[in-house]
Amino acid sequence: MSLENLVNLGARYRVASVLLFLLAFPWLMPYEALAVNILIFGLFAVGFNLVFGYTGMLSFGHASFLGVGSYLTGIAMVHFGLHWLAAIVVGVLASLLAGLVVGYLAIRTRGIYFSMVTLALGQVIYYLFYKAERWTGGENGLRGIKAEVIDLFGFRIDFLNPMTKYYVIWFFVALAMWLVSRILASPFGAVIEAIRENEKRTAACGYDVARAKLLIFVISAGVCGLAGSLRALHLSVVPVDSLHYLQSGQAVMMCLLGGMGTFFGPFVGAGVFLYLEDVVTTLTKYWMGAVGLLFMALVLFFPRGIWGTLVHQLQRRGLLQVERP
Amino acid sequence: MSEITPSLLMLQLVTGIALGTVYALLAIGLSLIFGMLNVVNFAHGAFFMVGAFLGVYFLGLTGNFWLALVIAPLVTGGIGLFAERFLVRPLYGRGIDYPLLLTFGLSYVLIDVVRATFGIEGLPSSTPAALRGAVNLGFGHFPLYRLFLIAATAVVVLALWLFLEKTRYGLIIRAGSRDAEIVRVLGVDITRVWWLVFGLGTAIAGLSGVLAAPTRAVNPEMGIPVLAESFVVTVVGGMGSLPGAVVAGILVGVVFSMTALLAPAYAEMSIFVLMALVLLVRPQGFFGKAGALG
Repeated sequence: MSLENLVNLGARYRVASVLLFLLAFPWLMPYEALAVNILIFGLFAVGFNLVFGYTGMLSFGHASFLGVGSYLTGIAMVHFGLHWLAAIVVGVLASLLAGLVVGYLAIRTRGIYFSMVTLALGQVIYYLFYKAERWTGGENGLRGIKAEVIDLFGFRIDFLNPMTKYYVIWFFVALAMWLVSRILASPFGAVIEAIRENEKRTAACGYDVARAKLLIFVISAGVCGLAGSLRALHLSVVPVDSLHYLQSGQAVMMCLLGGMGTFFGPFVGAGVFLYLEDVVTTLTKYWMGAVGLLFMALVLFFPRGIWGTLVHQLQRRGLLQVERP
Repeated sequence: MSEITPSLLMLQLVTGIALGTVYALLAIGLSLIFGMLNVVNFAHGAFFMVGAFLGVYFLGLTGNFWLALVIAPLVTGGIGLFAERFLVRPLYGRGIDYPLLLTFGLSYVLIDVVRATFGIEGLPSSTPAALRGAVNLGFGHFPLYRLFLIAATAVVVLALWLFLEKTRYGLIIRAGSRDAEIVRVLGVDITRVWWLVFGLGTAIAGLSGVLAAPTRAVNPEMGIPVLAESFVVTVVGGMGSLPGAVVAGILVGVVFSMTALLAPAYAEMSIFVLMALVLLVRPQGFFGKAGALG
């Protein structure tokens, strides 16, 4: 089989290719915790990309959903003693609800206002959790999240083993990626992309633009919330910074770095970003400035991102026939 | 909790107005740039922080507060001019998200540059000697410096209004924010106007930083919450509206300080709740035009 056929096969079965790659991924990384981190933030960026890359709405409040997912999963386990599987469900449901509230308010505005309003509403949620010290631990974050060991017919699922943890999280990421892929390939997926290209025309074609925007916003919040829930299990603490708008900015960066509006781009962005962070922070204490410079360079010279450029080049040379990989 | 008396409420009201003037100045800078260039400056909080650092630095260098009050905004505006010319300008015509994302990256760089220059701890700031002490307002003593904040903002707003309404250049700016294309056709170098307005907006952000420095901790991260707060003011007042920026700035300041008095735990949150209410009832803000949200 030629390389061209392989590329097209991979693009046609995009979920399978991504998941196969992620199965082998831990062996490519210097240590497992980084691989787990990339897996979680990759999912976060994929969720964010639904709104930013596919619908064209630049939200600066998506940290809220990551944080709400993390906190509610943590609170369910620490304060109510729930099993971690049930706690994940709680976290995702809570982030869906947060997405509904923030989305309902924010989609009343468009363009630049949408960014400003989502940022400001995200800060409400930040202060809310910051102040509810009794439940959230306030400034110190929520501590003491311990996932029980599951004994599955003699196969122990123990989060203390990093590889086991990776593959458990991989399983949830797999479910989410499949769901995201199905949504994007559905008629609804076409509607949100139509909104990105021309909102007025989409409305004129008879689609309920406001409802589609709210729906994709809520779905995106749920995916980000799942990433948050998994992160709480991974870190066994929830840092309060995970709700801050700078965290939302990180999702924007990961998306842009990988390639917004591509299926796998956000994962590539998250991977490169976190790998760079891992390397650069050992070299200099000015990581924030380095990120800023990288971000400006991306916006100015490289807006398609890494994966986006690759896909674009392959399509331009006729090597990739699948329309939306 | 101490008893809440009418005079305490009055004092807190004036405190709120003084706080609100800083918000108003921030929102004016943001609105000027937006109204003209259609760019939301996500580095606005960082420019505020740079202004505060430069203000404290020049005050220490020259020993003269008034000199620092002039120099620091000019230098901040200079950085703004540089940023527009070399970073924002290449992005015109490439979609509204790009300048926003670029200025977000710029804010990271500015924060780390200040950390590298002045250290991560920040600078100690104090009220300038000439403006120390308190004034009796009839219902209690009030810090002179905060009264000065109110007066200084009034002067700046008046000067800006005269500039925009009564000068030829102000006319060009107002025309340019209505329809840049027509102004260009009339032979005005609109790119240059955009450049100067970006400089003016960032200089005003710097000025608000210098003015706010004696009333809060001056550290490299001080602009991060300020950005979110200035967004609240702009959304409440109506984007691109100068009267809206002033009214909403003062309202937000008063809401903050009143909540700080009555329910301290909710002070930070209160202004965001105010914004959510405004969004529900009047999404375009107090002075925004309906349908201008596109």
